[in-house]
Amino acid sequence: MATKRGEAEVQSGALADADLAEALPWYRLMLIARRFEDEAERAFRRGKIGGYLHLYSGQEAVAAGFLAVLRPDDIFFTAYRDHAHAIFRGTPAGAVMAELFGRQTGVVKGKGGSMHIFDVGRGFYGGYGIVGGHIPLATGAAYALRYQGTDRICLCFLGDGAMNSGSFHEPVNMAGLWGREGMCPIVYIVENNRYAMGTAVERSTAVTDLASKFGIHGIPHERLDGQDFLEVRRAARRITAQVRETGRPYAVEAITYRFVAHGAADLFQPYRTKEEVEAWKARDPILLLERALRAAGLLDDGQVEALRREAQEVVAAAVRYAEESPEPPPEELTRDVYAP
Amino acid sequence: MAAVTTYREALRATLMEEMDRNPAVVLLGEDIGVYQGTFRITADFLSRYGPRRVIDTPISELGFIGAAIGMAMLGLRPVVEVMTWNFSLLAADQILNNAAKLRYFSGGQVEVPLVIRGPNGAGVQLSAQHSQSLEAVYAHFPGLQVALPATPADVRGLLLTALRGQDPVIFLENAALYGVKGEVPDGDAAIPFGRAEVMRGGRDVTLIAYSRMVHLALAAAEHLAREGVEAEVINLRTLRPLDGETVIHSVRRTHRAVVVQEQWKPFGAAAEIAALISEEAFDLLDAPVERVTGADVPMPYARNLELLALPHERDIVAAARRTLYRQ
Repeated sequence: MATKRGEAEVQSGALADADLAEALPWYRLMLIARRFEDEAERAFRRGKIGGYLHLYSGQEAVAAGFLAVLRPDDIFFTAYRDHAHAIFRGTPAGAVMAELFGRQTGVVKGKGGSMHIFDVGRGFYGGYGIVGGHIPLATGAAYALRYQGTDRICLCFLGDGAMNSGSFHEPVNMAGLWGREGMCPIVYIVENNRYAMGTAVERSTAVTDLASKFGIHGIPHERLDGQDFLEVRRAARRITAQVRETGRPYAVEAITYRFVAHGAADLFQPYRTKEEVEAWKARDPILLLERALRAAGLLDDGQVEALRREAQEVVAAAVRYAEESPEPPPEELTRDVYAP
Repeated sequence: MAAVTTYREALRATLMEEMDRNPAVVLLGEDIGVYQGTFRITADFLSRYGPRRVIDTPISELGFIGAAIGMAMLGLRPVVEVMTWNFSLLAADQILNNAAKLRYFSGGQVEVPLVIRGPNGAGVQLSAQHSQSLEAVYAHFPGLQVALPATPADVRGLLLTALRGQDPVIFLENAALYGVKGEVPDGDAAIPFGRAEVMRGGRDVTLIAYSRMVHLALAAAEHLAREGVEAEVINLRTLRPLDGETVIHSVRRTHRAVVVQEQWKPFGAAAEIAALISEEAFDLLDAPVERVTGADVPMPYARNLELLALPHERDIVAAARRTLYRQ
């Protein structure tokens, strides 16, 4: 008995190591995404980026954890805090940055900007600027995947603020209905960063157990620590496998935090204290993953330094690419309104 | 060969034809399945195509129109029935901010081959919330196409084009026309968008109309003919794209134009067409362009007030006379 248990422990230990080793590339991508956001903000302050700019810093483990287990032919939708999602899916950082700069080489040819990153070739069906407006689209898209007889699935990332809108409850009710027939393979992932712009969850939502709001529409749900990449990815593996198998929706509320302002106009952040932000930074998702990797002997000071430097270089190259890329030509103005 | 059929039957048969041909066509709407459709356009569809293709939705326009857009993005060809276009306003954000613009703000990566169809325009004593014409709202937005069939042939021809195109189509029917009969050609009778039909030739004045107003314009032309006035009647068929060429070509010959619409006068389709005529044919006009429209009020319930709020044949006749200085 003792020996057997010992073997099991060794095995699960080995599995855990392999699991951690697979997390290493995600540590690297999260470093790049964080650096990307920092540099985007700098470029915004320099007047290189216009419009709105919503950054994802602090929330990386949520998208990374789910996209880490998504199959290449699966699809996903998100709202307007969408740069990191693209980077995690393999969209070149240069193409994302060029979009923010409004250049022809941007992911959508300079027509969308920060809020409308798309990379359909990689299953990224877009960032959307109207809060909650993409939830019905993702729900219908999931139906289409099943209707076409595939086992592909759809992820729908949304914020806590979106959950008080009709565009949340209407499609989620339909997902519950369609799920009974195995016709809605979707995972709703609420990125609960506590604030809808400046309005705290407690001030906007009568029931603050957001995951439970899916329950009233017949959808199983759970809460996750959105700062812990390993936990998110573990849950994501289990959940996506189940959704793929059953064609039924599932919902996750990932508790997370945005380290930065809501957007460009949110300079003073009067709705929260510096202490609160600092407390959350102690649970920086990148830091937590780094600690786990170090503890497992998969990462040392030298490697951390090298990966940080690489992230800086990747993003610096992306900024250079964006700066050197041409603006869209005038004929682009009227292209893509209708089918060619 | 052409068969005589009704506007309703043309809708039903064309939908069926395309569903038989193309498994990507799915229908969504309130009570289109078990209930067989409020106007019975989808009668027997559920038993023929099953619940995966004929989807009874909850009363959630935002939700099911948004979902249909998502289906279209993934390669299906959803046809949404709105019980009446009045209810489409609940989904305005989905239609105007997503369906219309997705191709553009995705840099051409996404297409939305979606048809939204249902009755538009005045009912009979349905009052303010169920009795209005919304085509100008949708025609205002780039990225949408707006079709308004007046005849059974229009229905089949325009619906075939809608169901085979790659852009979202706002397909506005008219409940008062569902029983109207007409010849519908067989075979590939698709009518390209942006091509108006001259339904009656004439050299004295051009009457420009769409949807139910075409029938009023035709009746007015009959009336005018008895007075010795030859009116040309143009059925626009689509407002976006708009066949300005046919309109201008006609006005260049008649030098007079009356534009007819059921909707409110300010900022409506008739205003757009009148402006177009003044831009393109100002020097050839012998009279100001006349507009015949609904009254600028929410629709009242009382039958006498409702009749006062709607345009009539006599209004078109009077407008035509004004352009001829024959009051």
